[in-house]
Amino acid sequence: MSEKKIATPLTDDVVKTLRVGDTVYISGIIYTARDAAHKRLVDLLDAGKDLPVDVKGQIIYYVGPAPAPPGKPIGSAGPTTSYRMNPYAPALIEQGLKGMIGKGEMGEGVVNAMKKHCAVYFAATGGAAALLAKSVKRAEIVAYEDLGAEAIRRLEVENLPVIVAQDCHGGNIYKEGVEKYRIAS
Amino acid sequence: MRELDVREITQAVKRLSMEANYFLGDDQVKALKESLEKEESPVGKSVLNQIVENQEIARTEKMAICQDTGFTVVFMDLGQEVHLVGGDLTEAINEGVRQGYTEGYLRKSIVKDPLRRVNTGDNTPAVVHLRIVPGDKVNITVAPKGGGSENMSEVQMLKPADGPEGVKNFVIDRVRRSGGNPCPPIIVGVGIGGTFEMAALIAKKALLRKLGQFNPDPYYAEMEKELLREINKLGIGPMGLGGRVTALGVFIEYHPCHIASLPIAVNIQCHAARHKSVVI
Repeated sequence: MSEKKIATPLTDDVVKTLRVGDTVYISGIIYTARDAAHKRLVDLLDAGKDLPVDVKGQIIYYVGPAPAPPGKPIGSAGPTTSYRMNPYAPALIEQGLKGMIGKGEMGEGVVNAMKKHCAVYFAATGGAAALLAKSVKRAEIVAYEDLGAEAIRRLEVENLPVIVAQDCHGGNIYKEGVEKYRIAS
Repeated sequence: MRELDVREITQAVKRLSMEANYFLGDDQVKALKESLEKEESPVGKSVLNQIVENQEIARTEKMAICQDTGFTVVFMDLGQEVHLVGGDLTEAINEGVRQGYTEGYLRKSIVKDPLRRVNTGDNTPAVVHLRIVPGDKVNITVAPKGGGSENMSEVQMLKPADGPEGVKNFVIDRVRRSGGNPCPPIIVGVGIGGTFEMAALIAKKALLRKLGQFNPDPYYAEMEKELLREINKLGIGPMGLGGRVTALGVFIEYHPCHIASLPIAVNIQCHAARHKSVVI
């Protein structure tokens, strides 16, 4: 468990250094998408069409931010629950997506894709949305504006604090961490 | 008969929607700070520190504690001596939600239809639980409920033979299966008895209680303490990353039920347990 600073886009070499429990500060460009945008992205892939955003080497943050108050680039912006993206994430990882940020454990299909294609899943603190918004310096909608909070946004982030929750080596904090602190009754 | 213009209700719902989303309750803040001392996991501690710092930022900058500003659940106790004038009560409540969520920069999280999924654009309609009570006052509670914790909630119809053990096992298992998804440390609302829908309603209503308060019936108060101890042995910890603090409280409400039935509902609440009330 160590502290690391990383910048996007990510390479396989960087992803491989990230281990479960590491605290990571992410800087650079990341993209937002949640349920509705994921469905559209995967529908495009199924139809053999190009995505509106090139996901190669990128990180997707599972978030639907609150509207930006005057003078701020974004409103509160914490992670949403990730298992809802289980049906979609493997297809994006196959396209070269290197990281996802969310909360809660991701499923087996995603883990297999992460191991096969070298990708990492980060946990951000759910409900720490005002704090996480402080790391967002710029935000602009790049696709699916009609989806409102669920539109795909391009975020410029500085030192966004996350924890490596499931790594490309098969490590899983939701199993290892819980096992460590479980008390048999 | 006291006359009350429904526009006053609109104003109250608007204000409460905003305040509930910006200002976490004092009991909740106190419990989160105390949980820092109980947490042994370094990752868990860092998560709890972020949660405490977050609510301070939200309070100071009037930003939403969580970007999921919830389904607006409104509990209203309407005095039977009150005569409402000036418009439709339901529309007045929805207008309060519309204004609060738009002017307060809160997220609009409601789709018009669960399958065709087009956003209503103003977070309406609210879910309203209206009760007619004696008196000439109106008591309004606005409780925005996030989707992540709501999704981990469940109702089950147990058999009377399952008894207290069946109830406790169901609650603990529901929390275990939820893991980090509902944003622990959680509060667990438990509704026992009534009918299918009543169990769910009282489980939700239980979540309005302040942390540190117990069911006035010692039998259920003891069960709340026992369940909290057992839940905090699960090891789930803050955000499910492993730790000692999985829940901050367990609130049980019960209701008379049919001789054939033992309904049980668990309504899970994330650490951003938001609710604000006013009496008009």
